[in-house]
Amino acid sequence: MHYSGLQLLKQGLFGNTRWAQAWRSPQPQKTYDAIVIGGGAHGLAAAYYLSTVHKVKRIAVLERGWIGGGNTGRNTTIVRSNYFFAESAAMYDLSLRLYEGLTQELNYNIMLSQRGVLNLAHTEHDMELMTRSVNAMQLNGIDVDLLTARDVQREVPLLNFAPDARFPIHGGFVQRRGGVARHDAVAWAYARGASARGVDIIQNCEVLGFRRDGARIIGVDTSAGPIAAGAVGMSVAGHSGVLAAMAGFRLPITSYALQAMVSEPLKPILDTVVMSTGTGMYVSQSDKGELVFGAGLDLYPSYAQRGNLPTEQTIVAGMLEMFPSFRRLKLLRQWAGIVDVCWDYSPIIGPTPAPGLFMNCGWGTGGFKASPVGGWLLAHSMATGRHHDLSAPFDLGRFSSGRLVDEAAGAGIAH
Amino acid sequence: MTGARLPAGGRIDRTAPLPFTWNGRALQGYAGDTLASALLANGVRVVGRSFKYHRPRGIFAAGVEEPNAILDVTIGDRHDPNARATLVPLEPGLAAKAISGWPSVAHDLYRGLDLLQRFLPAGFYYKTFMAPHWKHWEPGIRRMAGLGQARTTPDPLLYEQRHAQVDVLVVGAGPAGLAAARVASAAGAAVMLVDENPTPGGTLLWNEAEIDDQPAATWAADCVAGLVRAGVTVLTATTAFAYYDHNTLGLMQRRTPAAGWAADRLWSVQARQVVLATGALERPLVFPHNDRPGVMLASAVLRYLRQHAVLVGRAVVLTTNNDSAYETAIALRDAGATVTVADVRASPGAAATAARQRGVRVIAGSVVRDTGGLDAILWADIGPADASGTAERVPCDIVATAGGWTPVVHLFSQSGGRLRWDEAASAFLPEIGRQAHQLAGAMQGTAGLAACLASGHRAGIAACAALDRPVTLRAPRTPEAAAPTPLQPYWHVPIKGARQWLDLQNDVTVKDVGLAAAENFQSVEHLKRYTTLGMATDQGKTSNVNGLAVMAALTGRGIGETGTTTFRLPYAPVSLGAMAGMRFAALHTAVRALPAQAEHDAAGAEMREYGGWMRPACYPRAQESVAAAIRREAAAVRAEAGLFDGSSLGKIVVEGPDAAKVLDLIYYNAIATLKPGRLRYVLLLRESGIVYDDGVIARLSPERFLLSPSSSHTAGVLAMLELWRQTEYPALRVAFHDVTAAWATFAVCGPRVRDILASIPTDIDLSDAALPHMALAEGHVFGVPARIARVSFTGERSYEISVPAGHAGALWRHLLAQGPTPYGIESLSVLRAEKGYILIGTDTDGLTMPQDLGLSGPLRAKTVDFVGRRSLTTPDGMRADRRQFVGLLPENPNFVPEVGTHAAVIEGRQKRSLGWITSSAFSPALGRSIALGMIEAGRARMGETVTLYDRGRLSKAVICSPVFHDPAGAKLNG
Amino acid sequence: MLTISCPWCGPRAEAEFSFGGEPAIRPVPAAAVSDAQWADYLYLRTNPKGRSTELWCHACGCGQWFRMDRSTVTHEIFATSRLSA
Repeated sequence: MHYSGLQLLKQGLFGNTRWAQAWRSPQPQKTYDAIVIGGGAHGLAAAYYLSTVHKVKRIAVLERGWIGGGNTGRNTTIVRSNYFFAESAAMYDLSLRLYEGLTQELNYNIMLSQRGVLNLAHTEHDMELMTRSVNAMQLNGIDVDLLTARDVQREVPLLNFAPDARFPIHGGFVQRRGGVARHDAVAWAYARGASARGVDIIQNCEVLGFRRDGARIIGVDTSAGPIAAGAVGMSVAGHSGVLAAMAGFRLPITSYALQAMVSEPLKPILDTVVMSTGTGMYVSQSDKGELVFGAGLDLYPSYAQRGNLPTEQTIVAGMLEMFPSFRRLKLLRQWAGIVDVCWDYSPIIGPTPAPGLFMNCGWGTGGFKASPVGGWLLAHSMATGRHHDLSAPFDLGRFSSGRLVDEAAGAGIAH
Repeated sequence: MTGARLPAGGRIDRTAPLPFTWNGRALQGYAGDTLASALLANGVRVVGRSFKYHRPRGIFAAGVEEPNAILDVTIGDRHDPNARATLVPLEPGLAAKAISGWPSVAHDLYRGLDLLQRFLPAGFYYKTFMAPHWKHWEPGIRRMAGLGQARTTPDPLLYEQRHAQVDVLVVGAGPAGLAAARVASAAGAAVMLVDENPTPGGTLLWNEAEIDDQPAATWAADCVAGLVRAGVTVLTATTAFAYYDHNTLGLMQRRTPAAGWAADRLWSVQARQVVLATGALERPLVFPHNDRPGVMLASAVLRYLRQHAVLVGRAVVLTTNNDSAYETAIALRDAGATVTVADVRASPGAAATAARQRGVRVIAGSVVRDTGGLDAILWADIGPADASGTAERVPCDIVATAGGWTPVVHLFSQSGGRLRWDEAASAFLPEIGRQAHQLAGAMQGTAGLAACLASGHRAGIAACAALDRPVTLRAPRTPEAAAPTPLQPYWHVPIKGARQWLDLQNDVTVKDVGLAAAENFQSVEHLKRYTTLGMATDQGKTSNVNGLAVMAALTGRGIGETGTTTFRLPYAPVSLGAMAGMRFAALHTAVRALPAQAEHDAAGAEMREYGGWMRPACYPRAQESVAAAIRREAAAVRAEAGLFDGSSLGKIVVEGPDAAKVLDLIYYNAIATLKPGRLRYVLLLRESGIVYDDGVIARLSPERFLLSPSSSHTAGVLAMLELWRQTEYPALRVAFHDVTAAWATFAVCGPRVRDILASIPTDIDLSDAALPHMALAEGHVFGVPARIARVSFTGERSYEISVPAGHAGALWRHLLAQGPTPYGIESLSVLRAEKGYILIGTDTDGLTMPQDLGLSGPLRAKTVDFVGRRSLTTPDGMRADRRQFVGLLPENPNFVPEVGTHAAVIEGRQKRSLGWITSSAFSPALGRSIALGMIEAGRARMGETVTLYDRGRLSKAVICSPVFHDPAGAKLNG
Repeated sequence: MLTISCPWCGPRAEAEFSFGGEPAIRPVPAAAVSDAQWADYLYLRTNPKGRSTELWCHACGCGQWFRMDRSTVTHEIFATSRLSA
């Protein structure tokens, strides 16, 4: 069913009783050509691209709970590609370009709002690092500009420019193509697109183990029974370590709770995404009017999708230090996602030590922006058994060779 | 609805009239009113417009669950753009206005949107606004959305935080909570009792029963007074909003300006036992057009009547599926209203009979099937509950709705507790708890005053037993009420067509749930996200269960199987300001001050933060720019003499028989070979081989060393040393002690330095023979203990004099009086750049290995396996094309490239970075610009000209040695 | 907020402690191991969901490192012990 204003009119006249299912919920088959574990935006995108780009026929997505229920539905919806290294920039910018076409391609409004992502510098040293980053990004073909303090004040007058500000604003840099998108819609759009092409989306189906032929992985045992597969991909973010343990290997990944919060809804007051290196905070205003914000990780590994008070206070204090007028507002809701923080803050994509199993993990705090490309690259490696040029630098093997892609180290950007 | 104040009764102080304004209109209420009760007493009907369809909305509830009455409220300096009128105690001068409706809340031109409702079903925005591009639609949609208008001026209020540890924290001061607190207090436990309302007592404030032969409200007041006398901390107007790990709860105390200097106060309370007596919220029975102003919860109608003496209407229709509504019906009738009850139960039982006897009309087996009126209720249609037959139109001005009770299990659920659906109670009830708590009263499905008091009493005893505090206390007594007739689950009227609202704030109707089910958004979380059910500022307190029940019926599942969405904190919206408390401005993150801060201020220093310390960047003279000051200071150091405050440099004493051995195992450089009295420049790596810090190690004696890490890394270095000592080398005898704050260190340097030293009375032999470059001696200056080190970061002959921090000011003033030019970090940075000395964190980053800095020498000389060594020989560590530390001479000697400029290979549109400039300056010594940088295979490119790229601007520079000035080091000894 | 029982100081608030990761056995002599073995020690972690043994430091207290057995799901702490124990 094609979605459009006309369709809304037509269905409205039918009393909205004839809308089709957004995606099917079939019973799982015994065998698939490809199985993607994890029904988040990454996994659903992988299934979609396996079908559309690689013409793989029988595909299933296995989701332990409900699709989009993990980090896809828990992040602060920021999209951007302002990365330091050429390898990262190429990958994240493909993601942003895919995002830019997603609403049209999937006929589903993901509400991509390219309102700009502004990073603040609080010292001259920050400005020097940002100059380094901006030049690196421009050389990599990314649309970023350095801003003076006056530019920043003109764009976001609500920021703290008081003389006693603990984190004075020396300037910043902006990526105009960055912004936010509606996170749930991304998952639903991919699910709808994949399902329409025959992908089976199996919810409430937990993977309990891998089926093997010798060393090779040939399927999965699930709460809905065994399922065989030609290739298995895992795209499970914070639970990557759990699946890796089932498959018999370890990863350079630690799972942490990352909190996010929203204020009560307000009339429009903040038009860009603002991130601060000094406090680690990031904030934007949703179309519904809520201020959506977050900052650093909780202080110890966690699989609890909630955070504790000390970090919550730190996050709020960081946001209010940047926006003193927001101290009047109220916190409406807080939650946390379990993020798979990789040693070098870059993802791991491609084959695993277990033949037949492919992975897409380690996106840490920044996975949402990479949903399209994570799916794209996982699909490529599952379908071809080989790396895509863009994913080769992100192979697990980089930890043995020492050739890390350490974004935090290179540029000092908040993730 | 034409609410009015009754001439007598209520818990309001009629001797204390309070003026306030509503949309600019002057009104009056009384002390004891909430803003909501005062508005109702003044006959105000429409308080807002719904989010999506802009339909008029009136006050619906009397407590935290209110979905409609979200108002802009100003009291003095306080402004809340989204205040919940039912929770705002009326205060003199309060100004309230509606946040929705244009041009006014009563006459909203957007009202026409309601006519388009059939074309705007749940999630319609995902299916349209795609052409033209979303960006053309978004600004308009953003303006339509949102609730209140936030102020943009900084908030002048101060917020406070408290921590407390108690034996027993009782959440909820209703009958169950009071009964529990009474027991815990009698047992001698340290008790805290919190309630979200301004007055403790909960339902006892509007219950007419007797407890221990006293009116319930009197008993409650006496009980609370007794608790306070016994030392119980009683917090009112305080919401327990979160239940964290380890039995810690977050409380938000709302404070009025009269209560003191601070506004809201955040409490973090850790309790050995928690008693959750959080009560239950009434949920509405859902029927067509149940969103009109004048549709209210039955319990709210009763509460306004009894607590605030407000009769919300004269002709009331009450629709119910359970007994609790009959108390409201009788009270309304007694207050003079005509009352008709539509009870879905075919045999409503004794409560209905009692109501009939008091003059209430009860229609069994019926339900309200529609309502009429625009901005007010004019009539209700009452007909058979199964939607059969015809309905009778009953004129009325209020429809009160009672659909059963939803236990407040939010905190229980947040604590990790598991819920189950209970058919009999028609509610999600606690099943298995995970933390140290007891449950009491209506939150676990207990109904009736007597049972709640008993349940609270038992919970109190259980909490005391868990704390090993046996207690005997008589339970409060109240007459047992007759057993109620069971509730009949009834979720909405089975009629298609007319809209029946579930979520009043977000405009979610039964049809929307149907659409979600049809489109396969059947998981409760998908239902919530797709339809926005329960996502409004009331977080679905009155709508979630109804919505789940509708979805369960549509998908043929039980409600328990359908499940509930996660209960997230906070239970109700809480102040962000109080979450941060005093952590703002200077208190957000502490910065450290130098011991001679006053002297720097006196010298006119430009103070900036460097790695957590406030330090002089330079000392500009009157009318002098920072750039000019840096140039002047750097030149003066080379020509004459300079004075620098290096007190923030770390000082860690390493002491013990195995001190040298441990340092050898940790540091990059050989330490054991260092002779007492001598210094060595050292690197400290991470285990990954990355340079973490540099510094100088002095050997004071065979078993005693002094480390000087860089200022911002001292704490990190100490932590790293301790980690390795404790985890890897516990057998080695060594101790580390950070004495950074105990000592002030000033560097004097330059050609004239010896004249300055001569002015200092000291017992230390400063001759070159006794104190050569890279040596240190201990003794006294001006009679106080001191160390003098020959070490240089400027390339000039340099002496670092350290004295106890208390003598910093005096020594600085003495040294300055000898004529050296004081210079700051920025000037030092120019001087050290001229010498090619690296600045950690500026010239290095998280990718830099020692070999990149040209410092492979110590590695070859060392056999010990120190931290990070193995990582230096990975394939990546051995790569020939690593970025290496080099100098760059810009082609234009007057052009200083910005730090962060890249060297790049640019061929048409193909651009590739070769690395970047990490430091740059105009060098006074060389009379030209210089730069340092990390360039790919830089050492092999010496003499090569590279293209520099800075935001589109291109220039050229020649790669060269990073040592620009005095490469032979003659001046160090000159 | 967690209450952590330091094996030297007793129960203290979470804010006084810092997390130090899963203990990893350092290969000795390091020079003798392969790049892959070194990477294993340096980077690879079990990252368990559930019971986990970790190193913690009473950083704002006695400064001692110690072992902690903890659930990464519920944050319940089962035991803390001195490294020497």
